[in-house]
Amino acid sequence: MVSIIGWSRIRSPWILYMCTGACNACDIEVLAALTPRFDVERFGILLKGSPRHADVLVVTGAVTRQVAPRLKRIYEQMPNPKFVIAAGTCATSGGVYWGCYNVLGGIDKVIPVDVYIPGCPVHPQAVIQGVAKLLAKLQEAK
Amino acid sequence: MSTYKIPVGPQHPAIKEAFQFNFELDGEIIVNVKPRLGFVHRGIEKGMELRSWVQGIYLSERICGICNVPHTTCYCIAVEKLHDVDVPKRAQYLRIIINELNRIHSHLLWLGVLGMELGFLTFYMYVWRDRERVMDLVELISGNRVTPSMNFIGGVVYDITPKMEMAIKKGMDYLEERTKYYKSVVLNEPTIKVRTENIGVLNKSAATDLCAVGPVARASDLKTDVRFDDPYSSYDEIPFNLVTYSYCDVFARVLVRVDEVLESINIIRECLDKLPSGPIMKKLKRTPPPGESTVRVEAPRGELMYYVKSDGKENPYRVKIRTPTLANIPAVCEMLKGYHIADIPAIIASIDPCYCCTERILFIDKARNKRWIWSHSQLRKYSLEWYENGGRR
Repeated sequence: MVSIIGWSRIRSPWILYMCTGACNACDIEVLAALTPRFDVERFGILLKGSPRHADVLVVTGAVTRQVAPRLKRIYEQMPNPKFVIAAGTCATSGGVYWGCYNVLGGIDKVIPVDVYIPGCPVHPQAVIQGVAKLLAKLQEAK
Repeated sequence: MSTYKIPVGPQHPAIKEAFQFNFELDGEIIVNVKPRLGFVHRGIEKGMELRSWVQGIYLSERICGICNVPHTTCYCIAVEKLHDVDVPKRAQYLRIIINELNRIHSHLLWLGVLGMELGFLTFYMYVWRDRERVMDLVELISGNRVTPSMNFIGGVVYDITPKMEMAIKKGMDYLEERTKYYKSVVLNEPTIKVRTENIGVLNKSAATDLCAVGPVARASDLKTDVRFDDPYSSYDEIPFNLVTYSYCDVFARVLVRVDEVLESINIIRECLDKLPSGPIMKKLKRTPPPGESTVRVEAPRGELMYYVKSDGKENPYRVKIRTPTLANIPAVCEMLKGYHIADIPAIIASIDPCYCCTERILFIDKARNKRWIWSHSQLRKYSLEWYENGGRR
């Protein structure tokens, strides 16, 4: 039973995607990764609207003070085991927004992160590579 | 009779920029709308004051990732005004080209998103596939797909070689053919027409009163376009048509944007034919002299304004930015009144709000003191089912 769950998780991880104060560039690149040219759906990845259905949380953007508690709440709503991808330099470290008074920094200040994908904005190919790394990690966990 | 109140957003600011609309409903009909802004406020205007003039370019580029080119163009022109210099002619033409490429990518992106909001996913996938062609061209010129970092104070950073020129012209031919096809789809496809015609009407006088800008104003038959009214960067030397429609509804906003893509393609062709030779950059001092300047440019979503003040030091003294989406929010509140819950996604999408946040909805039934939460996808599903079962027609 456990192995079936692990197998299905690797074959079809469902992602939830959240913008925590990004400039939209990473958002459109993550969306572009889902559209025909790059097409991460061939790995069985589906975009979901609710945190309760998701295995992987993809976060774009530096965390603003308004969004930080909400990000935490979304993360807590996801069922275990859960994984987080930080897409973009802002999500990784705060990036270009250093010194802005309303920005906390990277998302690892709020929730634990499994895969960091750098880039400003992330290239869809980098998103695919990040996802592939995460799948390898899942394989090990199994 | 019970009244409902629905806050749309921002608890879950996924996918879209977070702002909240509080809807007051009479049954299914929207009576009143109150917007609440500031969820993705990062403090960029203050951040600009902490950075040097050059670093400011790259921060302004990241205010909005979709229309990043008009932001840097506007900032650079404002600083050049402080220096009181004109950039070389070739740089001005290159700025027009990269601005129009950005407009094409932004409008196609929006067209796809509208298709998604209407539940027409095939359309979304097709449009985004063709949009990749623009991204390739931007990548060819600058090495980055979305944020080209093309503009610099005093000119542009990257030049267009004859080889790139050929590639751009080829790309434009392909895009023109595809965009014409999408226009025929929009004009003939009942799925789109049913959901957009006579929805979200904003008549001409209301658009004037509420200071609507960009495609929203042009869809309400207002002849307003900064490229025409206050030409910057040699736009006055390029002939192009101002697209307006008089239907005033969501359908008109779709048509305005599709036609603008076709206009942009012609502008790019014209620029490439007329492209003057010469330098692409004028070297300027690190800090501009004291003074202030205000510059307007036409971003894909409408008029974008920068006010820059210098006191002769390393950093700007003040940078004030007004983006087109903010200008269009009073208009969208007016548009929503009198329509159904099912029309909310289409109407809000119609102003192209840099994607707005309708990700989660809290419904409160005051009479029964009941609360429930709908996500954006549930709202979309509800709206699709509502129309499938006949809707109000």
